[in-house]
This record gives sequence, C-alpha cells and structure tokens, in this order.
Amino acid sequence: MDNEVQLVACAIEGEEYAVDVGSVQEIIRIQEITRVPHASPYISGVINLRGQVIPVMDIRKRFNLPSTEYGETTRIIIIDSNGTLVGIIVDNVSEVIRLPIQATEAPPVGSSGINAEFFTGIGKLGHRLLIMLDMEKILGINSDV
Amino acid sequence: MDMTQYLNVFLEESREHLQTLNESLLELEGSPNCKEILDEIFRSAHTLKGMSATMGYTDIAELTHDMENVLHKLRNGELSNSGKIVDLLFKSVDMLENMISDIANGGTGSLPIESLVADLKKCETGTESENAPPLHASNPAASHQLSQTDPVSIVTSFEFNEYEKNLIKQAIDQEFQCYHLVVNIDPRCVMKSARAFMVFKNMEEIGEIIKTIPLVQDIEEEKFESSFDLIVISRESEEVVRKGLVTITEVTEPEIKSITEVFNSLDAMGNIRSSPDKPIIKPVPAAPQAVSKTNQQQSAPQVRAKASQTVRVDTTKLDSLMNLVGELVINKTRLEQIGRSAQIPDLTETMEQMDRITTDLQNVVMKVRMVPIDNVFSRFPRMVRDLARDLNKEIELVIEGKETELDRTVIDEIGDPLVHLLRNSIDHGIEDPAERISAGKPEYGRVTLSARHEGNNVVIEVKDDGKGLDPEKIIKKAIQKELVQPEEAEALDLQSINRLVLLPGFSTAEKVTDVSGRGVGLDAVKNKIEALSGSIHIESVPGKGTRFKIQLPLTLAIIQALLVQIELETYAIPLSFIAETTSILPEELNKIQEQEVMLLRGGVLPLIRLNQVLEVTPSELPKEEEINIVIVRKGEGKVGLMVDTLVGQQEIVIKPLGKLLGNIPVIAGATILGNGQVSLIIDVASLF
Repeated sequence: MDNEVQLVACAIEGEEYAVDVGSVQEIIRIQEITRVPHASPYISGVINLRGQVIPVMDIRKRFNLPSTEYGETTRIIIIDSNGTLVGIIVDNVSEVIRLPIQATEAPPVGSSGINAEFFTGIGKLGHRLLIMLDMEKILGINSDV
Repeated sequence: MDMTQYLNVFLEESREHLQTLNESLLELEGSPNCKEILDEIFRSAHTLKGMSATMGYTDIAELTHDMENVLHKLRNGELSNSGKIVDLLFKSVDMLENMISDIANGGTGSLPIESLVADLKKCETGTESENAPPLHASNPAASHQLSQTDPVSIVTSFEFNEYEKNLIKQAIDQEFQCYHLVVNIDPRCVMKSARAFMVFKNMEEIGEIIKTIPLVQDIEEEKFESSFDLIVISRESEEVVRKGLVTITEVTEPEIKSITEVFNSLDAMGNIRSSPDKPIIKPVPAAPQAVSKTNQQQSAPQVRAKASQTVRVDTTKLDSLMNLVGELVINKTRLEQIGRSAQIPDLTETMEQMDRITTDLQNVVMKVRMVPIDNVFSRFPRMVRDLARDLNKEIELVIEGKETELDRTVIDEIGDPLVHLLRNSIDHGIEDPAERISAGKPEYGRVTLSARHEGNNVVIEVKDDGKGLDPEKIIKKAIQKELVQPEEAEALDLQSINRLVLLPGFSTAEKVTDVSGRGVGLDAVKNKIEALSGSIHIESVPGKGTRFKIQLPLTLAIIQALLVQIELETYAIPLSFIAETTSILPEELNKIQEQEVMLLRGGVLPLIRLNQVLEVTPSELPKEEEINIVIVRKGEGKVGLMVDTLVGQQEIVIKPLGKLLGNIPVIAGATILGNGQVSLIIDVASLF
C-alpha cells in the first residue's frame, strides 16, 4: 500500500487536478458563501459547515484563471490543513483514484507551467495527466504572491 | 498570617495527592519492587508533608515524614518490601484522609497518630512487631434503630468522631444541653423526607444537629423506615425541643433524652475519648447542614472550609461544551423561525419551553466557565510591594471585589492591561512621600483595585489618590507629538484632554523608567480592552487622583447583537456598543469638511457609511426613503453608522474567522444566523 497514492481527482477550467486524499476531510456541494470584506482576493468568503465557519478559496482566482458561474457540478473540497479547515472551490470532483508511486512524476522543471509552484507532481493514469496540488503552498496566502 | 484563603487549595491538592498515593500503593502491591512507583509515592508523601507543614498541620507533617522514612529505605533497598509494609502505608493514607476530612470540617487535623507513627518507626528500623494493632477497630455497624433506653449505650453506639466529640464537649462547656432524639414519622406519611426536612429546620432554629442516624443524605433520600435518630445540642429545655418536633404533622411521639450528663461522665471516664489503641475513626461523612450554623463556635477562631465538591475539568472540554451550547442556540433560533412562519401553536409552545431550557443551559455553562478575578488580582500585592520599594514610595494596595467572576477567556487577557495601569498609577500617579506630606496627604499612597458586576458587564477600576493628570502637560505633550493641533486643543474639554493619554505614541513620563513610560503606554491597554469588546474611561482630578474605569462584557462567546442589512448582506453589531438607533431623511445629511454628519438633539454626530467601509457592491434592492442610523459609542465618542435596514435584535454566538482570515480590519468575527447563513460581526471599536 505504501507504494501507492490515493487522490481525489477534480477539474478546474478543463484541466484535471488531484488532491491527496489524506488532506481531504469531505466534499460538499456549493452553498451560500458570505463575502468577507478586506479579505485576500482569493478568498471568496466563509461558509457554514455544520456550525463551523470556514473560509473558502476560489482556486480559479488563485491560478489567475477566469471566473465562472457556479453550476450543478461545482463542489467545495474541505481540506484539513494541520487542523485548520479550508474549502476550495472546484468545477467538479470526478473520483478517487489510486496511483502507484511510479506513475507520479516531479513537476516539470523549467518554464512549462505558470503555476508550477503550486504542484507537487504530475500523476499519469493512462492517457490522463493529473496535476497534483500542493495544498500547503496554495493555502499559504500570506507568505507569497 | 491568614491561611483561610489557601485552605481550599490545600484541601483540594491534598485530596489529589491522597488519590495518587492510593493508586500508587495499589500498583505497588502488584509489583512490590518497582522503583518508579516508589518514587511516585515518595513524591506525593513529600509534597503532602511540605504543604501540611506550611499550613501548620503538624500531625499530618509528622505522619508523612515517617512514611517518607520508610519509603526512603524501601527505595534504597535497605528494607525489603512486604505486604505488611504496604498495609501500613495504606493505613497511613487512610489516616491522612481522615485528617484532611477533619480539616475540611473545620477541625485541626489532629488525630491520634501515635500508634501508626510507632508502627512506621518500628517498620523503618526493621523491628516491626508481628501483631500491629489494626487501625480500624472493627466497630460493629451501628444499628439504625437505636431502641436502647440506656443513655450510656446510646452514646457509645453513636460513633462520634473526634470532631463531633469536640463540638459536643465545647457546647457542653458553654452550658448547652445535648439531646438524643428519636423522631418517629407516621409510616403512612407520603413524603417522609419533607417531614425530616422540617425536623432539621426546626432543630436548627433552636440549636445544632451534631449527628444523625442514618446519615443526613440517606434521610433526605428516605432511606429509613419510620424513625431516625438525632443528636442535637441546644440551649433550650427539653420541653422546647419537644415542641419543635410535635408541631410538625405526622411526627409522632418523639423520644427525647438529655445525654449531657452521660457525655460528661463518660468523658470523665475516658470512655469516649478515643485512645490510640482504639480510635473510633470513620471517614467523616460530614453531615453537611449539621454544623453549618456555628453559633456556639463563634468563639472558636477556626473558619470552616466549605467542603465543596469540585472536579477539575480540562478547559478544552469546557470550550467544546460551550460550542455545543452555541450550536444549540443557533438551531433553536432556526426552529423559532420555522415555528413563526408555520404558525403551529403546539410548536410555538414547545419552542418557548425550549427557549427557557437553552437559556438556563447557557447560563449554567457560562457559570462553569466563570473564574473569580482573584486569579488575576492575587499576583498584584507582591508586584506592588516590589514596585513601591524600587521607587521609594509608600503604597497601600486595596483590593475590592476579588470574588467577582468573569469568563475565563477574559481573565486570561486582562492581566497585562491591569499590570500596566497599576504600574502607571504607582509610577506616575502616586507622589513621593515627601511631596505627599507637603500636599497634606497621608504619606501612604493608596491604590485601589476593584471589580464589580454592573448589569451584563464587569467593571474593573484602578484608582489612586496621587497627583492626577495634568491637563496642561498633556496638551503640551500632545501638541509636541503632533497628536492634536494647537487650535483644536483649545476647544477640548477636560474629558477629551484626559483621553489624549490613550493615543498611540503618548507618554507623559519625563524620564523613561523601567516601570512604565516607554511610549507604548496606555494605548496598548486601550487596544487590548477594546479587543475584548470592552471600553476604558478616565476620570482625573488634579491633585486628588486618577481613576481608570474598565468595562468588560461578562463573556465573549454569546452576545446580544443588532442585525442590520446593507444591500444584500447582513451584518451583526454587538449591542454593547449601540447607544441608540434613529433614522433621518437624506436631506438632513450635512457635511463638515468632507465628513458627513447629522444633528442629533442639537449635537453634531459624525456618520460612517457602512457600505463603503465594508465595500458592499450596490444591488438593485429598493431602498427605504429614510436612512437608518445605528449610533454606536466607544469611550466618550459616538458615531452614526448608516445602514439600509434594521433587521432585529438577536442572540449570536461568536465564531472566529480562523487563521486564514485573521487580522481582517472592521470584522470582529462571524456568527451563524437562524437560516444557516453566515453573518459577519462588525468590529465597532476599529471604525473610529
């Protein structure tokens, strides 16, 4: 089992991304988000997750992608980052997949990806390429960008 | 030195150590030579010894000392462990328990420990006798029905402990009578405990109940057939005592016997006084109300520590309990809304019940989290003493209302600001002794630290009788530091001048001292208090002294708030900041130097457009013709907040926004409304 990773596969702007299943607490449907004034532009606002107030990040804004309307498939992935819960909004969540470690690669070196700093690697599943997200980096809003 | 304030701590900690001792001894029985366990026992015994010696309970100290000696030899292998030694240690622990109970009941903790000490010593020197007398003389359990008519046997069959005997002896010395009563209650009586309660009540009016058989608790729980026994001391005659009993309905034919004489004679014969060989000691179950009124003990200096049952609880558990109650409140509000729209009478009725219950629950949980402010205050006398010495000043610190309770979260935060204010008073406020004498004041400067409840707030005051704030000096300084323009300064009244000292970068100390005056001064205090949703006021009379008045909410977890709507968004404004609400027509708006203002009862009130501060996107929502204004105050200042709609007042549970959204200006936190929507709480203090 150790030579295998489990990933939650999701889509943003037509590309496939993956989050390590260990850091995902749950996946919920999009719900009413309360805007927080003066918050970082990536933060869409806060939601009520069973009585807990949790900030939600719009990953499109984080990646400088154009904003879209939320739809039927829009999901919020609730990430548990060292005990702090944060939601990230994605276009849809497709499945949980297992990948052998050998099928993952370090992010391509060089100028290939604009947002390469947010990736821990690339997962290969047949023809599909999954971009593995580095949640630590993505959530570290205050430290960079 | 008055030790009473430490008594409860002592009792609580002693009980903890006794618990540890008991547990460790049990473990030791399992593995007789385990050094870790022996160390643990040794430590507990040692701590107990230290504590009891400090408190002046020499017998406990002596006993623990001898236990320590034995344990020491065990640890060093000079003695080999045996069941007998463990037994002896157990007995010692039992004895310690009795002593602690005795102290808790107002006794001195002196119990006959000679035999035990002798045994420990023998054991230590290895000459332990084979048949050490058992500590607990196997007293035959007293029969619950004392039908004996022989007064002597009555007395001996009541197992008086040292404390009770002492009490009776003292009472008899003061010419009280001691009675033995057998109260018979009609077997058909429905609520026997209620009758028993009446008996207790009447007896306590004329005297004191020393002992009951069965125990008071059992009587209260009706664990008796049709009669129970009481030992009562009173100055009244037998007739009066009888009258006190027969007036209660369904109490029939009480038997009353004076046992004063018996007691005296037995005492003389030494039959009751427990001898070391045969101590009549049972763990004192302390009939709680039996000795609570101590008329005849008034002469005795001992203060009876209330044997309050306490459980130490991890604060995180309390926090999660509070959270759960918060959830409950939110969902209650939600149900209320549903009930209102559905208009089901049964539901409304149930909701009212539920509302009461949740309010009670909330109050209880709140109370559980309350801590007396003494936790903070208690460290000040020492600090003030040291400070006064450093500064060569004579200071008398008066502390008032230290029993005032505050939420733990507030307690944790309030210490530093108070240190600051106290230092300030002592350093800047109180003059040198020589100066004071020439000003006709007592040489001793008096600093008063007080706390009290005012409505839903706690007011803490730091007051000194020093030289007060010097308005001219403050203005000079403020102008020099460019905190205020000279022309503005002219117009300031004394209040506003005093408030200048709270501005950042203000410090009047001529020279920078270790004590205070590093320029960070009072604005830090002000910020802290405002962060706690409190406010600070200054009153000062030059030459007479200064008073800092801090007002804090009782709790930070659940507050009353006014919900307002701005465009499509709903915000909560804590009610504690709101002075009033009003509304104006757009044409009543005025401008003074780009600042929008309105006239309020002849005064000028600055206005803040919340939609701008909160960057609210305009919506298509039709507006009311009038502008709603929420007038909030901070300290002496007032400001009007312009909002679209006033939604209503509601109890809200404050939730943090979390790390990712920390330090958002203008927002103090979030709350969840009845409809499940998250609403943000406006940080009024940061608005102006």
